[in-house]
Amino acid sequence: MRKHTRAALLCVAAGMATALTLTACAAGKGGGASSDAAAAPGKDDKLTLTVWSNYSDREYEEVTKALKTFNKKFPNIEIKHEGSQDDDKITAGIRSGNTPDVALSFTTDNIGQFCSSGAFQPLKAYIERDKVDLNQISPAVREYTEYKGNRCAMPMLTDVYAMYYNKDMMSAAGVTAPPKTLDELFEAAKKLTKKAPNGDIEVAGYLPTMGFYANRPTILAPSFGAEWEKDGKSALASSPGFTEMMTFQKKLVDFYGFDALERFRAGLGQEYSADHAFHQGKIAIMMDGEYRTAFLKAQAPQIKFGTAPFPTWKPADYGTAFTTGTIMGIPKGAKNPGAAWELIKHLSFDTDTIVDLSNAIKNVPSTKAAMESPKLEVDEQFKTFIDLAKSDKLKGNPVTPIGDAHIKAVTDFAVSYTSGKVPDLAAGLKEVDKNIDDQIAKSGK
Amino acid sequence: MTATLGARPAPGRGRARARHRLTVLGFMAPAIIGFVLFFGYPLVATVVFSFTKYDLINAPEFNGLDNYAYMFKDPLLTKAIANTLWFVVVLTIARTVFALGVASVIARLKSGVGLIRTLCYLPSLAPPVAATLVFFMVLRPNGGPVDNLLGVFGIDSPLWFSDPAWAKPGITAIMLWISGDLMIIILAAILDVPQEQYEAAELDGAGPIRRWWHVTLPTISPVLLFGIVNSVILALQLFTQAVVAGSAGSGAADATGSTKYLGFPDNSTLTFPVYLYTQGFRYFDMGYAAAMATVLFVISFAVTIVLVQRMRKNSTAEEGGPGA
Repeated sequence: MRKHTRAALLCVAAGMATALTLTACAAGKGGGASSDAAAAPGKDDKLTLTVWSNYSDREYEEVTKALKTFNKKFPNIEIKHEGSQDDDKITAGIRSGNTPDVALSFTTDNIGQFCSSGAFQPLKAYIERDKVDLNQISPAVREYTEYKGNRCAMPMLTDVYAMYYNKDMMSAAGVTAPPKTLDELFEAAKKLTKKAPNGDIEVAGYLPTMGFYANRPTILAPSFGAEWEKDGKSALASSPGFTEMMTFQKKLVDFYGFDALERFRAGLGQEYSADHAFHQGKIAIMMDGEYRTAFLKAQAPQIKFGTAPFPTWKPADYGTAFTTGTIMGIPKGAKNPGAAWELIKHLSFDTDTIVDLSNAIKNVPSTKAAMESPKLEVDEQFKTFIDLAKSDKLKGNPVTPIGDAHIKAVTDFAVSYTSGKVPDLAAGLKEVDKNIDDQIAKSGK
Repeated sequence: MTATLGARPAPGRGRARARHRLTVLGFMAPAIIGFVLFFGYPLVATVVFSFTKYDLINAPEFNGLDNYAYMFKDPLLTKAIANTLWFVVVLTIARTVFALGVASVIARLKSGVGLIRTLCYLPSLAPPVAATLVFFMVLRPNGGPVDNLLGVFGIDSPLWFSDPAWAKPGITAIMLWISGDLMIIILAAILDVPQEQYEAAELDGAGPIRRWWHVTLPTISPVLLFGIVNSVILALQLFTQAVVAGSAGSGAADATGSTKYLGFPDNSTLTFPVYLYTQGFRYFDMGYAAAMATVLFVISFAVTIVLVQRMRKNSTAEEGGPGA
């Protein structure tokens, strides 16, 4: 027995020793995150740049075309574009040493982690060396591509969010103009809603459920003037905007009845499918990104829709909007960081490339020059998003080192509050603040 | 036989024994190496990481018991534990009883056995994501087949994956549909029960139910115990179905990245493994995720030990040993 115990202890000790040795390797392989700028490739250097993105299908083809335009400047560089690579794969790539030269991420919520951990290399040295004028990009977009002054990413097109409304349903309900204030939105929602004799909702004027489609607290926050943090602490409870956001959501949910609304919502289609509720004429007003214009034209050409800035709590804020977008970085351990930066610079600032890609995948260009380009295809609906992107009222994605934990905390609370489970709004928001602060403190960043 | 305790073995015999041991070890080497590399090392590394602050990119930094201490003030962890315990109890019982019931019926069929056995087994081969999406479409309120069927009888269907009270039963239904693997194992055990035992019981006047209760059940009890342990582990590790059901329920099944709403509705599908993944890969706190994994391992291990000991006790009792 004692012999067995001793053997088991020896095995555990050996295992621990091995694990401790190997954990030293757990931080990833390859070159580190240098604060110096790597030299740009020479005209005769033959090399292959690997680019990972999460694009697929038609968008993958269009982005690949945009990447190929880099060959006009560097014909000696071959570009290998690998699609369907999400942030998990980028992180795993960095850890295993199988790192792409350029990583494109859809998840701006992760920028805090990318910059603070060194997963994406700092770009400051490159920007200073090449005297890049960051003022070509709006402040809101600059905000969501850096963390605490450390710029580790650049934007590749942006998404801007605004209100979509069904013109036929609006005129049938006697709503003559898109609402501009929350009161007008509430009244329009009431007029546009159709209920069956048994109380079931057939058409919702405006579907308020938090977490559904683009109803995310980050996207709604600018319309309420809601502030996420103050002095480095989560400030939801002390922000009148968040109180107003929750109060307005609850007022709408109470109008429909939580159970009736949930029954209606449960039968709606998925966000990126042709069954989307707005495509099917089941909701009349919604918040969504500019990319929806392309989805609507392709999947529901019968829907006559208009776009406008989302109504705001304070009239002075009208014309504000939320923006986020695809970000590009040079991952830790990239084999060709100098060439990777040249590609990122090209995709960030080459006006023709940005405009062509914007026209192809219907995203908003990320530079002022591209937004002003006569080649940019801007129809009546898309113009709303361009105007919002040019506005100095544009607000970027709040950046934290904890991914989207803060967004989930607010979304969960909003659902609990609007369903009536949590009656005390102020106390509830304070609790959410505490949870977010605890989580950030735990991250140590 | 002559006892030779204390006698020194002949040098030739010792060498033969050593050679024999080496041969055994040589044959076992692939399994041992696989075990150490793919189970032993990850397990020990997880325990080590659980005492560190580790963001997946930089080297882990020792932070003592901070990760374990944070568990006591993490409101979502309590929810995740409660959800997983629900699955451990309900899914384990439901899956074992369901597989046993289906296997018992198939074992008594006189014709079409092959076809029915295949039909019952096939769903277990479906990829979990596809199986969950199929169930989501079938159970979809406002126009899904089950909703339409219930509507004929004037019954409002539950909201399934949109209602916190029904989301877990909905996932349980998926897990039962794909439990053909366990059903096949139990069916094999039932068919393996010696026919003489049934004949003896029949001669003693036992009817079909008593024969099933007193002959079939005790004979296949080790296999049932395996089914229970297997189901407990499955419930403790429930991930894919919970993520897909939650995402589809929230209308974001086709979304990518952080737009997926994990735990929907009202965190009722936030199982322990889903929350562990969230902490590790969405919040980049692998140290905390490792602490959660360690706790999960300790619980799984303890539950398995208890169940195995219980089985041994029962086997001894059945064989008329002490305690019978």
